Amino acid sequence: MEAKQYIGEGWKHAILIIGAIVVMLPFYMMVSMSLKSQQEIQSISGGLIGAQETQTFPVCVKTGYSEETCTMKPYQYNYWFAFEKAPIPRYLMNGVIVTLSIFIIQVLVALPCAYALAKLRFYGREFVFSMVLFCLLIPVHGIALPLYVMLAQAGLVDTYSALILPWTISVFGIFLMRQFFMTVPDELIDAARMDGMGEYAIVWKVMLPTAIPALLAFAIFSVVAHWNDYFWPRMVITGNRDLFTPPLGIREFRGGIDSDEFGPMMASIVTVTVPLIVAFIIAQKRFIEGITLTGMK
Amino acid sequence: MGTISLKNISKSFGSTQVLNNLNVDINDGEFLTLVGPSGCGKSTLLRIIAGLEQQTSGDVLIDNKNVNRVRASERDLAMVFQSYALYPHLTVRRNLETPLRLRDYNAFERLPLIGNFSPSKKEKTESINQLVNKTSETLKISELLDRKPGQLSGGQRQRVALGRAMVREPVAFLMDEPLSNLDAALRVHMRSELSELHNSLKTTFVYVTHDQAEALTMSSRMAVMIDGNLLQLDTPQEVYDNPSSLSVAQFVGSPKINIFKGTSDSSGTVSFLNVSLKRKSSESNTDLHIGIRPEHLEITNESNENTFSGTVAYRENLGSDIFFHVNIEDGSNKIIVRGLPQFTHQISNGSSVNIKRVSDKALLFNQAGMRVQFTNA
Repeated sequence: MEAKQYIGEGWKHAILIIGAIVVMLPFYMMVSMSLKSQQEIQSISGGLIGAQETQTFPVCVKTGYSEETCTMKPYQYNYWFAFEKAPIPRYLMNGVIVTLSIFIIQVLVALPCAYALAKLRFYGREFVFSMVLFCLLIPVHGIALPLYVMLAQAGLVDTYSALILPWTISVFGIFLMRQFFMTVPDELIDAARMDGMGEYAIVWKVMLPTAIPALLAFAIFSVVAHWNDYFWPRMVITGNRDLFTPPLGIREFRGGIDSDEFGPMMASIVTVTVPLIVAFIIAQKRFIEGITLTGMK
Repeated sequence: MGTISLKNISKSFGSTQVLNNLNVDINDGEFLTLVGPSGCGKSTLLRIIAGLEQQTSGDVLIDNKNVNRVRASERDLAMVFQSYALYPHLTVRRNLETPLRLRDYNAFERLPLIGNFSPSKKEKTESINQLVNKTSETLKISELLDRKPGQLSGGQRQRVALGRAMVREPVAFLMDEPLSNLDAALRVHMRSELSELHNSLKTTFVYVTHDQAEALTMSSRMAVMIDGNLLQLDTPQEVYDNPSSLSVAQFVGSPKINIFKGTSDSSGTVSFLNVSLKRKSSESNTDLHIGIRPEHLEITNESNENTFSGTVAYRENLGSDIFFHVNIEDGSNKIIVRGLPQFTHQISNGSSVNIKRVSDKALLFNQAGMRVQFTNA
């Protein structure tokens, strides 16, 4: 019996391990390539971190640095050159500004909407909610062109507004929060009304604190989607490099006259990915805490 | 002061009529219970008083002022909910403070950080703290002030919910089945505590319950509601002894009142089974329902024209009393008889027994369920 159980567990683990490897392999490649020299990358040798021999990098010299500056270990060179070639901190800051602005405005819009749809009785509520559901079905790419035209008419192309405005109303957020608010007992809202709170005070002082777990789930969706978005910034940021978001920044390392330099490219990708992974790990911990702390009943 | 008057209150949700032209006058300092089976509209009525629900027609008057257009928060009422509805993210202290903060601080003082610069805020905070401390001492929850509701037991949450209602010193308390989430022993204990609290506060209490025992034990007057109609509003003793209709008689009292099919002859004399009540009804020559409470029937050894017989189907021993569920001989009826343990301990399931009624205790109801009076004493 016991042995049988172990075999069963073993199968499960084997399948899960294979799945994990498939998912992790690109990340392994990314980290590994960001540490190795160009020759090692192209000859697929050197294992995880390569030989790390100090050498002079020709592309660096061609860019106009002295040979002395260009002599270092591959991992140093990859990261140093990535930051030299493109203003990565600026890109990261743009990413933070854009994703945080989007998320905050989305919450400011979605919470009152979701509260009204879940807890207030008004004429046409079901119709409004069905429109929210309908909007979930519209693919972003379908309305990209009209959106772009409207932003261009308003003179907003190549501004932060162009990156932020189209995403401020998240129907997914409204839907998710509405579903969560449905589970909040009506008596809690009535109690707040008896205590003298207005409807907006109820949204921010009663509903928001009880909705923290749902809000974190939504934050993960929203931040990941807009941090990684390439399509929309590519459309509305046409010339101004100062407004590039991280995914646009990575594009700077695309092969050009300097030929493909995979080391610095991968180094920049690691730099862009790490904040998101760290944020996710922190949020995940809070996420679980949030679920266990809410003792509603 | 805390008088509440309801005048011709009706409420319908769509085409469903929930409340049907109700008139209730609640006196200052009274403990009024709204009691009825679930779905009778008693909670809706309470929510209309609170201002959480708008009546379809009729007027609500608090201290003789019409409050139809006054918002819930401005009616100066406090409500205790069945699920307690404490703010789960705030400590007990903050839960108690919340209604006071909302009442006493102005909009500027409620702002985080910069609100502290208001010169009058310190004084107000002081008085809020005093009120919270006073209330928590009254309710013996001082040591719980720094906990969150999730860390409290049911009984403690109940007290905190009471406290949140009390701190504001409202004109009246509205309670929506506040004891129904507690276990049986605690519920009985809280009944007496609530009564004591009412005596010391001398404020109007409006209390909704489906449990007729709570209504009988605590209230100064009880209003029996069934299907959106107010059937009777009187003191608990009067409602128990003198129910206005068959539904009220059946709802109030545990175990339930026994109902016999009876008739009155041409002279009005009432009889049921083979027993004559030897009293005359105001309605003659008709079928009647005769209600006799279990404690007004006795098990006896006699067998005469005043007794009837049956078989004990089930013996329910409560220690102080034994209730016998008896099938009457003609098979028409199953009734409940109370017996004292010292006289009836030898009677077991399946025994056949003779039953005698205590005279002058029967209640008459006509076919429509309305009360019929006896004409002679």
